Amino acid sequence: MNKTALTVRGLVSRREHAVILDRIDLAFDTGQVTAIVGPNGAGKTTLLRHLAGLDAPAAGRVELRGEPLASLAPALRALSIAYLPQAASAYWPLRAQDLVALGRLPHGANLSRPLRTQDAQAIQRALERVDGTGLAHRPIDTMSQGERARMMMARALATEAAIFLADEPVASLDPAYALESMSILRAEAARGACVIVVLHDLGLAARFADRIVVLANRKVAADGPPAVALAAGVIEAAYGVTFRHVTVDGVPQPVAWEKQR
Amino acid sequence: MNRWLLLLVAALYLLSLAVGPAWWPWRLGNEVGWAIVWELRLPRATLGLLIGGVLGLSGAVLQGWLRNPLAEPGVIGVSACAGFAAVCAFYSGLAAAFALALPLAGITGAAVAVALLMGAVRSGTGTVSLLLMGVAINAIAAALISLVLALSPNPFAYQEISLWLAGSIVDRDLHYLAMAAPFMMLGAAMVLGAGRWLDALSLGEDTARSLGADTRSLGLRFTLGVGLMVGAATSVAGVIGFVGLIAPHLVRAKVGFRPGATLVPSMLVGAALVLGADVVVRLLPTASELQLGVFTSLVGAPFLVRAVRKAHAAWLAT
Repeated sequence: MNKTALTVRGLVSRREHAVILDRIDLAFDTGQVTAIVGPNGAGKTTLLRHLAGLDAPAAGRVELRGEPLASLAPALRALSIAYLPQAASAYWPLRAQDLVALGRLPHGANLSRPLRTQDAQAIQRALERVDGTGLAHRPIDTMSQGERARMMMARALATEAAIFLADEPVASLDPAYALESMSILRAEAARGACVIVVLHDLGLAARFADRIVVLANRKVAADGPPAVALAAGVIEAAYGVTFRHVTVDGVPQPVAWEKQR
Repeated sequence: MNRWLLLLVAALYLLSLAVGPAWWPWRLGNEVGWAIVWELRLPRATLGLLIGGVLGLSGAVLQGWLRNPLAEPGVIGVSACAGFAAVCAFYSGLAAAFALALPLAGITGAAVAVALLMGAVRSGTGTVSLLLMGVAINAIAAALISLVLALSPNPFAYQEISLWLAGSIVDRDLHYLAMAAPFMMLGAAMVLGAGRWLDALSLGEDTARSLGADTRSLGLRFTLGVGLMVGAATSVAGVIGFVGLIAPHLVRAKVGFRPGATLVPSMLVGAALVLGADVVVRLLPTASELQLGVFTSLVGAPFLVRAVRKAHAAWLAT
């Protein structure tokens, strides 16, 4: 039985005087992967930041299981919501194992002390899920971009939070890593998490998401299963581009074709 | 590692008690010998221990917090600002009227500089804006110090103050120690518990917040903590640069680059560096004893050059 994990009510987001998001209403369920798509500047990253509790709304609110996110203590919020930012990176060449261990901070872990068993096990599980146990002792500056992105994902997975937010986790990854990352997000939903992922690749969104939210012009332009949300009329208006519609194994794979005049 | 560092610090502390015009003064066995130990060597060695410790710790905190291996109280203007505020307290007569005015002024100056730097790092582009802001703060503080000295009626003010600003712990009696030590220890206590949030900040401010870090209250804690440590240290000893740069660099690789784990070892290495340097300046065959701050700059500046090169070569080319 899926339950609502996050609810967005009348969310308005402003930066300086510009309105980035205008009265958004959405609800996100556990056990589902929701993809947020839309053209550049549509407010996808901003929406995700609000869902993570990192930005304060100008109006409206985000609720975590009915509680306003803004009034939640940072420590409690961190236990419930894992957040993987766009182009995640680290400022120091940490060892992969220490990097992933940062995901246990919300559980009270301290890297300067010996790890508790439950933290060590969670770190191990996270590394296994990204197929990275062999990299555990490597400093991340010696890794390829793809390997590093996997370690960053493992860091977010290690929290084992009920809600997993990822901002373009597959940008700049080759197809093999991209497919693998998406499978990991699916597995996270199968575990019961509410997974919300910002994506640019509509084909990947259609294949791996249960539901797609199309943002355009500061509003929700469409919201539903891939076949509905990626219908020709919706995405052509949202992106200002004509699409060719191909269906592979029953999954719609819209291909951007020509800029609309 | 900490155990060996602790032993090294203890050995250097004893050496600092022993070395000087009268070697091993306690072996004189009379009142003069013990007076040298209690009134000259003990305050000097203890100030060296504490000041070195807080400078090393401040460097580690600033580097972890600003996510930049070049952050150091002397290089980015925190010590200079503390020095300016202390000079103001000195020449306004405030320090004479009220003993604690000197450390309190130093602390205020250092905290203001840290707050300015944090603003620059938040709105700017990493290393470049941090260092430029540091250059600006250093220049402003130096200019303001000259201005205050020019306004001072005391004709010897300039010489007196340049000597003091060059950094030294010679002839600081127990009175100075009692004045500065509580503030330095309070500052250290404030930052030492925040190591896990410095670890979280390795992933940037947003991710650290998503992991539960309350970055606003942390910012206040670090600003106050570093202000207390560097401000109190500078107000009794002048500017002793580069210790905060060198200490974290020496230990970082050994703790796997975890910012939180560099705190305690950086504090111990900082204490060892200042105690050691203060023994060396006593042994150097210079006509008058070389200023401690001058010595740490001579040794430390090449370290900065190396660190800048490394930062641009590989990891932090921002």
